[in-house]
Amino acid sequence: MAKIELTRNSFIKNILKDRRPQLAVFIVMLVGYIFAIMAGLVGTPVGSHNFSIVFVWIAWWAVLILVAVPFFGRGWCAVCPIPLPGEWLQRGAVLALPDKKPKWLNLRVPKMFRNIWLQNISFLLLALFSSVLLTTPNITGIVLAGMLFAAVGLSTVFERRAFCRYLCPVSGFIGLYSQTAPIELRIKDKQVCANCKAKPCYNGSSAGYGCPWDVFPGGLTQNTYCGLCMECIRTCPHDNIAVNIRPFSADLAKPSTRMDEAFKAFIMLGSAMIYAGVLLGPWGTLKDAAYNVGSSAWLVYALVFLTFIFAILPGFFTLGMLKTKSIVPLKKRFASLSTALIPLGLMFWVAFSLSFVLTNASYILAALSDPLGLGWNLFGTATATWQPMLTIFLAPAQTFALVGGLIWSARTTQKAAQEVKVSPIPVHVYSFVATSLMLWLLL
Amino acid sequence: MPEPTLTQPIQSTVHRTFHKMRSYLSSLLFLMTGLVVVFVPLPASTTAHQERTFQIDARQFSYFPSELNVNAGDTVTIKLVSNDVVHGLYVDAYDVSVEADPGQTATLTFIANKAGAFRFRCNVTCGAMHPFMIGKLTVGSNHWLYRSIGLAILAIMGVIVLIKRKA
Repeated sequence: MAKIELTRNSFIKNILKDRRPQLAVFIVMLVGYIFAIMAGLVGTPVGSHNFSIVFVWIAWWAVLILVAVPFFGRGWCAVCPIPLPGEWLQRGAVLALPDKKPKWLNLRVPKMFRNIWLQNISFLLLALFSSVLLTTPNITGIVLAGMLFAAVGLSTVFERRAFCRYLCPVSGFIGLYSQTAPIELRIKDKQVCANCKAKPCYNGSSAGYGCPWDVFPGGLTQNTYCGLCMECIRTCPHDNIAVNIRPFSADLAKPSTRMDEAFKAFIMLGSAMIYAGVLLGPWGTLKDAAYNVGSSAWLVYALVFLTFIFAILPGFFTLGMLKTKSIVPLKKRFASLSTALIPLGLMFWVAFSLSFVLTNASYILAALSDPLGLGWNLFGTATATWQPMLTIFLAPAQTFALVGGLIWSARTTQKAAQEVKVSPIPVHVYSFVATSLMLWLLL
Repeated sequence: MPEPTLTQPIQSTVHRTFHKMRSYLSSLLFLMTGLVVVFVPLPASTTAHQERTFQIDARQFSYFPSELNVNAGDTVTIKLVSNDVVHGLYVDAYDVSVEADPGQTATLTFIANKAGAFRFRCNVTCGAMHPFMIGKLTVGSNHWLYRSIGLAILAIMGVIVLIKRKA
């Protein structure tokens, strides 16, 4: 399938170039985000009747993992309200164009942090506390507020969106999975960028700000770190930036060789499997251990969680690779072949989320009418009773997602194996075993 | 370098068409086998229908026992005993439920006439982890799991064969 350039359409292009429609969406999102923090802190402690839990962990999560990430990649990042207050503070403006005077410290992020290890750690930290986070409104409120303050704090110290790029726990996995999405922002002609002296897309100009994600669009080959903020479309004086529709997983044809990204794939794959077992499985002891944070059972749970993700999953993956001969260094083979786990992991999350979302979506109606659990009935739906939705289709849909993910992963494996000149069979076996385990956990 | 003959492009076109057709046929074969794996009817269970009674103790946020196995057609009676707060038990796909007050026993009876594995879950808000208070009822064998694993095997074989052919 050839690429289709969306920005050829003048209506789409004008919408993307104009800051006002994006600002309108940002403001709605920011109001919703602040309301979620407030609901978490002052609303009912009953999670299933509190806006913060229902709208963040059921509604937002469903939209994010079932629609936004698979189809729009970093589309969520394009409208995410978390970096806004910090960015406005950093720029000293909301809509006004740059005045070239750096605000605040405007430091460059130290080189040792310019990777996604901090995002891996922040995700794991939340993951270890997820049973409490997903079910306790005030913890959700505190975490949401913490992310907002962290983004503001980092904006005052470092240049651009340091929080989004290097710390946000959500941004890390959205970036990883955005490589599979059928949408991309890319330059049209490399030579135009090569001849462009000022590089306003990166450095900024009177037309707009330099890339908030610290990316030079001229060198973009993957979606991972492009936040689709559209700033470069506004600043490029040569009209050389395009938003394209493209085949799914186009970025995975050239596998990454970075260990931080490779481990992100393992973290996401392992977390989906652990959540499927702990949250959706019938084992009460596991739920107790995951929920009772700080207890000895939780410490064992945390240890098993981390061992599974950092030792067992990558360990078996490496063992499979050791069985095949190659002149390519093991580290490069490991990183490249782990690309196969990106579509697999995404579909694991889709299958897990289908179950979680379909059985709990009916809480949305009640929370919409009574978001704080104070007895309101704003839209007449406060008394809507809990009812799982479409459970009859759940198992076939999960099979479709997991087997589809396995096929997608196997195709990616074949390409990655060709790149590093090894046999794909051990990765096929690994992916099949992981898929079978996930099928057993969910069905 | 030898001169290309007129027959070479024709041969190449024929070869490409044959290769493409073989690819389509292989895909079709895998697809058909997949449909068989998903839809082929399994022999009906010959086990005589029984009356099965289970006592399930419910406490925040688990059931004990949390996994029940019955045969298709059995009449299942669940005596739900709540050990702390009010708990419920709702069986997915069967759409039947029961609620038990603290220290009380409530009874639910239904005929297990749908084969497969189904989650049962608490349907009365009982605390923080309430949405994840889940058990599992298996009626007959969990045939969908085996069919799904069969599909997974077929899928991975299909990818290997088709990509090898393409190469």
